[in-house]
Amino acid sequence: MTGTLLKIEGLTKAYPGVVANDTVSFEIKTGEVHALLGENGAGKSTLVKMIYGLVKPDSGTMLMNGAPFAPPEPRAARAAGVAMVFQHFSLFDALNVSENIALGMEHPPALRDLAEKIRTVSEDYGLPLDPYKTVGDLSAGERQRVEIIRCLLQDPKLLIMDEPTSVLTPQEVEILFKTLRKLTAEGVAILYISHKLEEIRALCDAATILRLGKNVGTCIPAQTSARDMAELMVGTELQTPKSAGATLGDVVLDITGLSMPSPSPFGTPLRNIHLRLRSGEVLGIGGVAGNGQDELLLALSGEMRTAHDAVKLKGEPVGQLPPNARRQRGLLTAPEERLGHAAAPNMSLTENALLTGNTRRELSQKGFLKWAQARSFAEEIIEKFDVRTPGPDNAARSLSGGNLQKFVIGREVLQEPDVLVVNQPTWGVDASAAASIRQALLDLAAGGTAIIVISQDLDELMEVADNFAALNEGRLSETRPTQGLTIDEIGLMMGGAHGMEVAHV
Amino acid sequence: MFKLEKRPQASQSFAYLTPLLAILATMVAGGLLFMALGKNPFEAIRTIFWDPLFGEFASFSRPDLLVKGGPLILIAIGLSLGFRAGIWNIGAEGQYIVGAICGAGVGLAFYPMEAWYIFPLMVLSGALGGWAWAMIPALLKVKFQTNEILVSLMLVYVAEKLLAAMSLGLLRNPDGHGFPGSRNFKDYETAFNGELIPNTGMHWGVAMAFIAVIFAYVLLNRHMLGFSIRLTGEAPRAAKFASVNPTRVILFCLGTSGALAGMAGLFEVSGPAGQISIDFNSGYGFTAIIVAFLGRLHPVGILFAGLLMALTYIGGELAQLTLGLPAAAIQLFQGMLLFFLLAADLLTNYRIKRVKKEAV
Repeated sequence: MTGTLLKIEGLTKAYPGVVANDTVSFEIKTGEVHALLGENGAGKSTLVKMIYGLVKPDSGTMLMNGAPFAPPEPRAARAAGVAMVFQHFSLFDALNVSENIALGMEHPPALRDLAEKIRTVSEDYGLPLDPYKTVGDLSAGERQRVEIIRCLLQDPKLLIMDEPTSVLTPQEVEILFKTLRKLTAEGVAILYISHKLEEIRALCDAATILRLGKNVGTCIPAQTSARDMAELMVGTELQTPKSAGATLGDVVLDITGLSMPSPSPFGTPLRNIHLRLRSGEVLGIGGVAGNGQDELLLALSGEMRTAHDAVKLKGEPVGQLPPNARRQRGLLTAPEERLGHAAAPNMSLTENALLTGNTRRELSQKGFLKWAQARSFAEEIIEKFDVRTPGPDNAARSLSGGNLQKFVIGREVLQEPDVLVVNQPTWGVDASAAASIRQALLDLAAGGTAIIVISQDLDELMEVADNFAALNEGRLSETRPTQGLTIDEIGLMMGGAHGMEVAHV
Repeated sequence: MFKLEKRPQASQSFAYLTPLLAILATMVAGGLLFMALGKNPFEAIRTIFWDPLFGEFASFSRPDLLVKGGPLILIAIGLSLGFRAGIWNIGAEGQYIVGAICGAGVGLAFYPMEAWYIFPLMVLSGALGGWAWAMIPALLKVKFQTNEILVSLMLVYVAEKLLAAMSLGLLRNPDGHGFPGSRNFKDYETAFNGELIPNTGMHWGVAMAFIAVIFAYVLLNRHMLGFSIRLTGEAPRAAKFASVNPTRVILFCLGTSGALAGMAGLFEVSGPAGQISIDFNSGYGFTAIIVAFLGRLHPVGILFAGLLMALTYIGGELAQLTLGLPAAAIQLFQGMLLFFLLAADLLTNYRIKRVKKEAV
């Protein structure tokens, strides 16, 4: 139990313009859950990619059980007993579970034998899974099980998990933790990447914290407060956004019986959604990814049309109106995907400001564009939201994720909407940018705007929202005040364990 | 060792430089090709690029520059709008033919009447014919999500058959002693698209090409519709988010490119070609695709690219005549131009970086 499994010494990897890992050293012991903690861009991914053989380090050494370990490719890493569960699943929707697992194997056995093996392993570890089910029909939690079982079939010595809980309900997280504990009892070491601090405190035996590519400290999570860890991660004291505590006004958005078929074969249809939003209110909508969040945003932005009466804005039906007509009436949205949906990657920030700002900011006249005004609108966003860029002529894709997100949110906030719907406003954004985005949303609500924040980050929702509801398979739960909600209640609103049993171990 | 590295931002200077680089590379590679064929490479390059403009018989070939460049530019401008939006009309040749048939048909129906309105009517019906032919792939794409590349391309061959049928049947010259082909517009003053300024090659089609260049420039740079077109090409989902109706963009782009190609066909049949005949079309619709890309899908770029392409045509013919170069070598030479352009294009979005050889 106490032997060192993997010893990393002075690992360095530089990319053009940025040192992703700067002489990082740490050890993972046999049978421990080791947390790798850090903000987005701290170098966690690069580090695990080096362990998994996807990226070659510039310098530094790794020792596996005392022997030099430098996998030139993932296959070699797998042969040495390293397995990895990625944050984004690499599964084929149209194939079933065993076919998907067979695809990732070097010498797959006959499908029938494999299915039997999958069943045994999945039951052993309390992760029940039907090997003949089509992956497209599985929930995100079940998909993750497919990935985990794919790894377990290799008898790993080190299991790397990249942000495994972002797609799980609290109950599903509990099941996963039981499985992981069972694995460690068998001597498997787990490298657990996350930025959710409470989770790490509950699960991990040791933690290594990365900031800007450097190892800035190790700690024993159970003995360290979440706040201390966060400050190690960020390097400064964190500013918690404060709500001014606005009084709620009239109902501005009234959704009754909103149903919409899924826009894609494996998407989620919206089923009979009801909600009322009052001015000045911040409604947090939680839920596991893929339960209708994207579809809800499309239905509200106007990219997908619904029954005309299903969506009423200030009493007026808008369900059949296109995006610009809704913008005209004060309903603005900011989708989750920044590049390609909220912004056009190759176009300049000026052009991207025009993208949604045309209607409310009157950036064109009889169809002819007023470039000077569009440019000054872009400059205004850049200045007021502290977007780090040389200027409005730069392409959207040249901005970092956090800066582009500030631009996208700023673009909508500065148009003074009556209702603003944002999906994953701080996804992949560093902590200080996230804090300033949340503050901007709270300030906007204080001014009387009604805001819907769709997010998978429960901590974020608890921080900004007055009321909370959850999406589960396209249905919206009832709305409840955030104050006094327990994690268990939230989990049940999100659909509990999605019909899966807790592991009996 | 060299490595390609993506630029964070497309290089402005390389966007302008690559066409020149491509032309230079074509001259070098073409020169080597001509040398391998046993010709003096410098003489061949001079014959193609210099002689048509400033050579001994340049006064004969110079007007041809506009005559050949006009339709290329007119068609390429239309195509570039669609290409910007990711809508690939490959069938401009077909729209060109149908435009010519419709326009010529209207003109011939009035024969031998003399009236001022006949020619404008011909232009209008030429544009309508091309537009209607392009609406076939457009409507099929909008209604049934068919692939416009295949449909528009296939319709070229249908149009060629239609052309043959017309020159042998409905539009055949009644006084032509049974020869295939329509009446010649050179003998029908009121419907003839002659030179506006003698010995320049400047006819109504060329004027229309210049107007199209200006129109496209304003559309793309100053108008919401042009912005919508560019946005659709750059990021289709962002375009939907910005309230762009994809159906309207498809109909507009295919319709406009069809109408411009149809007009080009009409100007050609009523002017330089003179009559509808079985082999009236000469590949302008396809060459215009090259012109559009050579001009970087930019209206002003297309203007220059069209003239350059016309030059290689005229120069190529001259080289065939005076140096005895095979026609295939000239076509190869033109193909090289696009090849090198696409290759050099890489440099706008990527830069070449020297890297030390890694120890294996």
